[in-house]
Amino acid sequence: MENSVIVIGGGISGMTAAGMLALQGLSVTLLEKEKETGGHLARWDRLFPDRRKASEVLDFAREGMKRVNLVTGVTVTDISRQGREFTVVINSPIPNPQSPTPDHETVLKARALLLATGFDLFEARKKEEYGYGIYNNVITSADLEDRFKLKKGILTSEGKIPARIGIVHCVGSRDEKVGNLYCSKVCCVTGVKQAIELKEMLPAAEVFNFYMDLRMFDRHFEELYYEAQQKWNVNFIRGRLSECAENPDGSIIVKTEDTLTGKPFKITVDLLVLLTGFVPAGSTGDIAGMLGLVTGTDGFINSADSHIMNNSTDIPGVFVAGAVKGPISIGEAIADARAAAIQLAIYLNSPTPADD
Amino acid sequence: MIKFNLFVLPFSLGLIYVVYSIVIHYYRWIKSLPAVDKVKLANGLRTPSKVLASLKEIFLEGLIHRKLWKRNPLLGYMHMSFALGWFLLIVMGNLESRIYHGAYINAPYYPIFLKFFIHDRLVLFFEIFTVPAFFRFIMDFLLLFVLSGLGLALIKRKQSQWFGLKRTTNHSFFDRVALSCLWMIFPLRLLAESYTAGYFGGGGGFLTQNLGNLLIKISPGPAESIAYIFWWSYSLALGLFFIMMPYSRYMHIPSELLLIIFRHCGIQPKKWGSSFSDLELHSCSRCGVCIDACQLNFAAGISDIQAIYLIRGQRDQYVPENIAMTCMLCGRCQEACPVGIKVDLLRLIKRREIGSGQVSDFSYLTQSYPGFAEVVYFAGCMSHLTPSIHIAMEGIFREAGVDYLFVDRGGSTCCGRPLMLAGKDKQSNELIEFNKTLIRQTRARLLVTSCPICYKVFREEYNLPIRIQHHSQYILELVREGKIALQSQHRKVVYHDPCDLGRGGNVYDAPRELLRKISDLMPVEKECADALCCGGSLGLMNTTLQKKDEVTRNALQFLLAGNPDILVTACPLCKKTFVKHSKTEVRDIAELVHDAIPGRQIRKIMDPQKAEAAIP
Amino acid sequence: MIDFGYTITKDRQLDYDRGDMRYYRLVQSLEPSVDVCMECGSCTATCSAGQFTEFNIRKAHTLIRRGNTESIKAELRKCMFCGKCQLVCPRGVNLRNLILAMNRAIELLG
Repeated sequence: MENSVIVIGGGISGMTAAGMLALQGLSVTLLEKEKETGGHLARWDRLFPDRRKASEVLDFAREGMKRVNLVTGVTVTDISRQGREFTVVINSPIPNPQSPTPDHETVLKARALLLATGFDLFEARKKEEYGYGIYNNVITSADLEDRFKLKKGILTSEGKIPARIGIVHCVGSRDEKVGNLYCSKVCCVTGVKQAIELKEMLPAAEVFNFYMDLRMFDRHFEELYYEAQQKWNVNFIRGRLSECAENPDGSIIVKTEDTLTGKPFKITVDLLVLLTGFVPAGSTGDIAGMLGLVTGTDGFINSADSHIMNNSTDIPGVFVAGAVKGPISIGEAIADARAAAIQLAIYLNSPTPADD
Repeated sequence: MIKFNLFVLPFSLGLIYVVYSIVIHYYRWIKSLPAVDKVKLANGLRTPSKVLASLKEIFLEGLIHRKLWKRNPLLGYMHMSFALGWFLLIVMGNLESRIYHGAYINAPYYPIFLKFFIHDRLVLFFEIFTVPAFFRFIMDFLLLFVLSGLGLALIKRKQSQWFGLKRTTNHSFFDRVALSCLWMIFPLRLLAESYTAGYFGGGGGFLTQNLGNLLIKISPGPAESIAYIFWWSYSLALGLFFIMMPYSRYMHIPSELLLIIFRHCGIQPKKWGSSFSDLELHSCSRCGVCIDACQLNFAAGISDIQAIYLIRGQRDQYVPENIAMTCMLCGRCQEACPVGIKVDLLRLIKRREIGSGQVSDFSYLTQSYPGFAEVVYFAGCMSHLTPSIHIAMEGIFREAGVDYLFVDRGGSTCCGRPLMLAGKDKQSNELIEFNKTLIRQTRARLLVTSCPICYKVFREEYNLPIRIQHHSQYILELVREGKIALQSQHRKVVYHDPCDLGRGGNVYDAPRELLRKISDLMPVEKECADALCCGGSLGLMNTTLQKKDEVTRNALQFLLAGNPDILVTACPLCKKTFVKHSKTEVRDIAELVHDAIPGRQIRKIMDPQKAEAAIP
Repeated sequence: MIDFGYTITKDRQLDYDRGDMRYYRLVQSLEPSVDVCMECGSCTATCSAGQFTEFNIRKAHTLIRRGNTESIKAELRKCMFCGKCQLVCPRGVNLRNLILAMNRAIELLG
């Protein structure tokens, strides 16, 4: 099957870029390993900073994908390049009535590749001292979004309405002890957003955010922080958790230092939310290996230039978009995907690229 | 009358000096032994079995070099050819000299330079089976034996990997001089004897005579003068070697003899250093085995802090703080040392010199009433950062119906070993006393700990009147007594020996036996006494994080080579250290056991969607 | 005391211009990782001694870095050296050696 472009990864970046490329009349195939597109965005209830529904953004992206040839539930097993043509092998056939053989390798051809394999959430069990997977009332921010989506309220594992909730920033980020020195960028504002949402649902509950720095880097983020303090009375404790313990009633004892008063700080919470950060997707490393792409020490893909060749890689015809290059917010991912689509289209329209 | 020539003087003076020096050293080592040890030595020397055992070990280790043979046959042969060959040359030379001179004791130089004085011709075929001919054969054979070792030593400089050594020692100036002399001694002897034999047409054996005849043909010149120069050089090399010996690594030869005797008399090294430790310092042959054993060398590229350099520095009365402090105290080099020197203790003695001056203040610690129980469980500081371990232990206690007390549930007072590893033994005593009181108050008959660091110090320093077990030993006992039943999960696991539990506590079998009951235990390349350190050691004081990471990654390469499902360890510190780099699940043995108890109380595992769905 | 009608109050600000930076320079040479601390406080939170005393390892080295060593000299003696702080530090500061280095600096500089 002849394709102009193969997009790998059907999260918000891949969907947006694929849609943009198809709009320009290119033949685009999008490969997604899960059954559904949407990636991490599909798990979100509402988005920061304005708390609009995540499904609206997802629907918009899906709408734009009408002309894209979508293939889900497949993984890429091999990629090779012959001149300006790429051969991509996937491990299960494209749903095609003519050849319905299951579990079979299919070979696709393309003139350009766009990598949008995104990220995985940090495995919170690795921070054993925080008790995820050990104590029932320790959950991750993604678990909390699941509960927001379910709209059945927030309860502890004992079925109690939590009177006090802790939100822990930088779990798996800025942490040499798990090998991730980088900041995951969006957890700060997510933590503030989730604190507000919790207060909306449980006005009587006390919410404590444990942070090291609050990196409210984008427009309206700082205002959200202000709102959390002023309107919702969210407490902010500047200190990183060292460890948690569980009381017999299932509540969680949190140990940190209140660095602003300079004293060790102990608090019991009924529910503890861990803001898990970004780690490179498992598939990113695999695909980078197949192509010979350079990743940073953090495992994210390095683009050809961090400022002016932000969507290109060292391999002509291979482009990157979104969180495959590092932590990024939804809005930024969409903008980055559109930029990548334009870069890629320019590449395909140029008859003899200088670097080929 | 014994013959004499001026050239024997350098040798004779050197010999007098070295004998004098050894006597002085021996005198000092024995004199400054603590009184108890002096008694032990005196008793030992009067006990024939101990003397015999010492002689046997001196023969096996000092001459045959058995441990080096086991390590690498080429290395063993090289050392044996030098030690045994030279020793037999001296013995045989003395016997041979008797033939020509009947005195009971000959001047020491006489057998050494015998061939200079004796060069009578033996008629072939008729006198070949005579006693002198026999000795000439033997002496040449032994010389060849030593020279073969020398050849290997030269090859070792370039191809040390053939000898099982990746890195050779970076030697000091005195060592280089002494080594050069040592290497020159035997070739010079060969040339001197050969030239003399060739010139006189007799006096040599199969090697020296034939070589001598050949040399005379090649350079017929003033053969007698050439021979005489070689005799002088030979004597000078010997003399210089003897003078250098007390200042070089070759002092290990006489020192090790005494060390072996000391050990067989039951004399132990002392915590704060003693003449035993000083003797150990001099017994190091600087063979470099410790460099190869050291993970900081082969995994992290730090190659200037190994035991050999610490010991050399101690002998020279100067150890940079860096050398004392940069060591994981994992015990691998101590395990590998062919002389059996207690290297980690020597390093700790140095650390104690550095750290003992500082003051600590633990007056803030206050005892609280702990309660009574049969078994007292001390999880340890680190286990509070790995809650799965103490949760599993509590589950096992409950399952076995044990009357236990989790004495440090609310936080531990440190066991004291971390302070000791930093050289602050005096300061750690206060913590030890505190914990001893706490443990005694519980009136328990058994102390179980999850931390190998605590386990080691509890056993070695606490003098508690109760049994002390690491949880791997304790759980195995529960299983044997039928208190808990286990069902194998048949997962492929590898076991990592924590340093303080394995080499430090000699607990290798209990965890393995336990794991075989509940999983499919796979072997790994380096295990038990040869196990690697995880890199998280509290013994390592001043190394960068990057170097530690390199040690950890290297250890994981060995452990995960067979693609196990789970990497099992028995130490919270090892667990935390491995989690950072391991793609494979890392768990403590207690967790695995807890999972293998059929029908145990399973903790609800959080599945938020199901949990929410269950809510009406 | 005689009342002169006024008192002299000790200046309580951290006067960096008058600070004694010798301690910091020595500590920094002995344990360079002191510089990468981001003041998160997890060391102090987990500290086995910190729950009983004023000993605050984060504050201690920060004060040394600010040229104010006097106030923490007695506090540093309370460390049990257990190494939990080092195990939680998200920046990989070699805290045990840092404490040794601070004690050493105080030992050498008084």
